[in-house]
Amino acid sequence: MTTTWTMSRALNAGLDAALAADGKVLLLGEDVGPLGGVFRVTDSLAAKYGPSRVFDSPLGEAGIVGTAIGLAMRGYRPICEIQFDGFIYPAFNQITSQLAKLTARHEGKASFPVVIRVPYGGHVGAVEHHQESPEAYFAHTAGLRVVSPSTPNDAYWMIQQAVQSNDPVVFFEPKSRYWPKGEVDEESPAATLHTSRVVRGGTDLTLVGHGAMVAMMLQAAEVAATEGTSIEVVDLRSLSPIDFGPLVRSVEKTGRLVVAQEAPGFASLGSEIAATVAERAFYALHAPVLRVSSFDTPFPPAKLESLYLPDADRILEAVDRALDY
Amino acid sequence: MSAAEDDERASVQVVTPDGRFEPNAAAEEYLPYLERVTDDDQRRFYRDMAVVRRFDAEAGHLQRQGQLALWAGSHGQEAAQVGSGRALRAQDTIFPAYREHAVAKIRGVDLLDVLRLMRGLTNGGWVPEEVGNFHLYTLVIGAQTLHATGYAMGVALDGAPTGDPERDEAVLVYFGDGATSEGETSEAFIWATSFATPQVFFLQNNHWAISVPVSRQSRTPLVDRAAGFGLRATRIDGNDVLASYAVTAKQLDDARAGRGPGFIEAMTYRMGAHTTADDPTRYRGSSELEEWRARDPIARFRTHLEAQSLADDGFFADVDQEAADFAADIRRRVVELGPPDPALIFDTVYTDEHPLMSAQQDWLRAYEAGFGA
Repeated sequence: MTTTWTMSRALNAGLDAALAADGKVLLLGEDVGPLGGVFRVTDSLAAKYGPSRVFDSPLGEAGIVGTAIGLAMRGYRPICEIQFDGFIYPAFNQITSQLAKLTARHEGKASFPVVIRVPYGGHVGAVEHHQESPEAYFAHTAGLRVVSPSTPNDAYWMIQQAVQSNDPVVFFEPKSRYWPKGEVDEESPAATLHTSRVVRGGTDLTLVGHGAMVAMMLQAAEVAATEGTSIEVVDLRSLSPIDFGPLVRSVEKTGRLVVAQEAPGFASLGSEIAATVAERAFYALHAPVLRVSSFDTPFPPAKLESLYLPDADRILEAVDRALDY
Repeated sequence: MSAAEDDERASVQVVTPDGRFEPNAAAEEYLPYLERVTDDDQRRFYRDMAVVRRFDAEAGHLQRQGQLALWAGSHGQEAAQVGSGRALRAQDTIFPAYREHAVAKIRGVDLLDVLRLMRGLTNGGWVPEEVGNFHLYTLVIGAQTLHATGYAMGVALDGAPTGDPERDEAVLVYFGDGATSEGETSEAFIWATSFATPQVFFLQNNHWAISVPVSRQSRTPLVDRAAGFGLRATRIDGNDVLASYAVTAKQLDDARAGRGPGFIEAMTYRMGAHTTADDPTRYRGSSELEEWRARDPIARFRTHLEAQSLADDGFFADVDQEAADFAADIRRRVVELGPPDPALIFDTVYTDEHPLMSAQQDWLRAYEAGFGA
């Protein structure tokens, strides 16, 4: 059975399913209760499950994650919401020094199934701290798993899979994709949590990215097709670990790779992808792996974001450079 | 108000610094909790403190001899730790900082495991559920206060108290005066009061955060600050084991009965260095040290036991022998410890399968094998 939902609605349904499936699953964060979250992702869940399952936190990100850790020690599976990407840093110690390392500190004898939901990314014209892409910080930290859906269907399934993970998962939700609608298959998940996926077949060049960039890569591939260039598009889906298999196989076929990301490029996921593909598919490459990123600056005032963020045109510019080699 | 005047504010005290059993006015409401303390219990408290002090000294020696990477001593804080540790009930859960060695021992941790941590063989050392729900040491100052609070939220979510103190659970979290400046500790106070958690915050105010005095952490008595968060806050003479026991027992029972979170500020003193990595003569004077030596928790309690005819020379000789044997046993076992299994690097990071862990472990094995036999 398929339904047409926005990603926001799909996440809401996925959270609903996770809460229904396991009485130990909790939903907490700022404004996730009666308000339903600032993006309405948790709409109506507090009314449905009551204040012992879905509840508002005081305003403190370290407190949200730190108490979620304690709840996990007690046997709960908390899903915490960090309201916006740029607000996650007060929780950085609890996420990276505590949550990420606690299983190792316990020599593997304790699990910390905590999900941290983070609306992230730009293209929404918001004020400072509301448009960032901080996923590389967390992908860099051992002990965490990091994922980002690009479609309503993936959002619906990946949030449930993240809740089932016995390890902590940082779940990045591309907020510019909250409102476009898509088909959701409520019966069978398309893929497991930590797999990447070819979302458009092609032969001349591979584009890889995650989250909101997937739609832009598909748009770029569409334009390129009208010019006779066949582009394969890979949706990363999981940022840690990265499922390199489909990507390396794609590059072995096309010989060219462009990585697209909203985050600044320096020491980014794109850097890791470029390095790993160079190691694993060196002889297949006809051109260096190119990265399309935001600039290595703070996110500028929103009226400048169209100059700062990569879009389909910038992706096509990199495609042309790669093809010219 | 100076720091010295601060300390003289009414603290719950049962045994005076010179060893007289003279509960002060502030102690009155806690006296019913002393009625359950038997003579054997009192001797037990003394034994706990004396053995851990000897263990602590031995660990310091082991560090100086290169057997440990670091040692964080508990000398001077034994009464605060033993009194609170003995006040816990079997079903209670404890979140320590990193020098609560006496509480660790009381809950059943083999103190060799603490030394394995300090020797660099593990970042943990025990399984909390196997040692009286005594959680792992946390080295990032104050971080454990939030874990304790979340855990206590979970206790409350699991069900309302039954009213039976032998069954209802409470959570105790230890932290120091330095930790009170960490934002996470303040957040823990806020969450605890907002969710009315069944927990007690146990602050060991040992007056020094490495080289920084408590006067730099707060211009307000810390017990008053806690009250401002809405915690039931009590200050105690932290070098008085009976005060520590009685106040912690009451606070825990209030918490487990659903009366909300409590806070104890135990006024004590770190007689040694913060850890073996620092030199306290660079930042504090000997007169302060001597002042606190006169308030020593163990000497005080010995005088009390003798005055009350609760223990004789034979008892103290026996305790000294037990302490010496304990230290010798620890020394023997520490030096026999082998290196940790390299698999620890990879096998313990994630619960579920992770491709980088297996790939990198395979790489390391092959690399090591490349050097031949």
